Amino acid sequence: MADKPAIELRGVARYFGERIALRDISVTVPTGATLAVLGRNGAGKSTLLRVLATLLRQHAGEVSLLGEPLPRRAFAVRGRLGLLAHDPLLYRDLSGRENLRYHARLHGVSLERVEELLRDVRMERRADEPVRLLSRGMVQRVAVCRAVLHDPEILLLDEARANLDPGASELVEPLVGRPAGRTRVITSHDPQAALAEADLALGLRDGRPTFSLPADEVTADHVRELYA
Amino acid sequence: MKTAFTVLRKDLLLELRTLETLPAMALFSISTFVIFHFGLTYRNQDTIQGQLAAGVLTVTLLFAGILGVNRLFVAEREQGGFDAFLLAPVDRSSLLLAKAAALFLFLAALEVIAVPAFGVLLLGPPLSPRLPSLIVVLALADVGIAVIGTLVSALAVQTRARDVIGPVIGLPVLIPALIATARAIGPVLGTAGPGSLPGKWLLILALYDLVFALVAYAVFDFLLED
Repeated sequence: MADKPAIELRGVARYFGERIALRDISVTVPTGATLAVLGRNGAGKSTLLRVLATLLRQHAGEVSLLGEPLPRRAFAVRGRLGLLAHDPLLYRDLSGRENLRYHARLHGVSLERVEELLRDVRMERRADEPVRLLSRGMVQRVAVCRAVLHDPEILLLDEARANLDPGASELVEPLVGRPAGRTRVITSHDPQAALAEADLALGLRDGRPTFSLPADEVTADHVRELYA
Repeated sequence: MKTAFTVLRKDLLLELRTLETLPAMALFSISTFVIFHFGLTYRNQDTIQGQLAAGVLTVTLLFAGILGVNRLFVAEREQGGFDAFLLAPVDRSSLLLAKAAALFLFLAALEVIAVPAFGVLLLGPPLSPRLPSLIVVLALADVGIAVIGTLVSALAVQTRARDVIGPVIGLPVLIPALIATARAIGPVLGTAGPGSLPGKWLLILALYDLVFALVAYAVFDFLLED
């Protein structure tokens, strides 16, 4: 792992009006490591991912991605990040292939890469159907392709395996799983599964950290307390 | 430019698939002309000309254009297009350029349908000799509507009341363009004929386009920021 961390947060806070979405978040993720962010619904997991994705600004604290401070140098890290959020970020009336080609052009990626990814997730036969006609699992497979299209250094994965059956999960594993070798921030409602593939874990409750530990030091009590 | 072309191509493809914007704009215009056709009939005279004709045509096209303005960013907002675009390492001004170009093309396509309909349903003098002058004025007006419309739409789409915010902000800002367009078209649609295009109003329209294009370029990035 390189010396400079891929992700560094110091005292990060984010509010929506009066409501605290994130507060006092400090965590360092080395290059190539995986951080699992755990917490109940509304704990601030998705907000944290959106801050890291440069889509939201922090209201306090410091965020640094790949050595670049946010939001001042956000333009320098966009294109080196991949975000797989709840929303697949795909146009429903375009086909999967058209969507991916659109994103490939935005990211300056060759169209061969689109075909390669469609083959990887076994979507090449349904790739010309409008996204609105695909099952949720198929949409998620195309969304995975979109997130990794430009071979990002950091992957931000919000419930990456949502709607995927075990077979489809295996298909996307080389793209978004640990084998991909990217720095990852993952959220999941299955804490055991998330901890199993993480190096670090951050527990959030009402936007505040309850623990920030190496994943193998997180105990059943930590998890129970978090979801109680 | 390459990014703007990519976004524009996607927008045109989406419109081709969904037909959500252009048919609504065209139908609105033709319905309005039909209403005016019956509403303005007076003492066996069922056609209009001159400044009245220019006003009816300009206002109808402007209101139809507002329908397009309201739809301009809906797919970006509802289907995550904004986030996807913001995650890409591209110049954000290219989104302004692409959306303004898309709206300009929708307006031009609308006019291909609406202006002949206006000629048939309402206009007294023959339309065809007046078309070249009309095209010049409407092209300049379309640039202004496209730029302001894109700016207003990007602002309105962030709010819950976007269908109201678009017209409420857009129409007052477009009043100078409306006046200049109607004044420029008035003599063309009158008895003076097609050769009477007033340069003063054309210049005002061109200046209006230029000023708001610069304003839009300066502020558009801030509209996309969190």
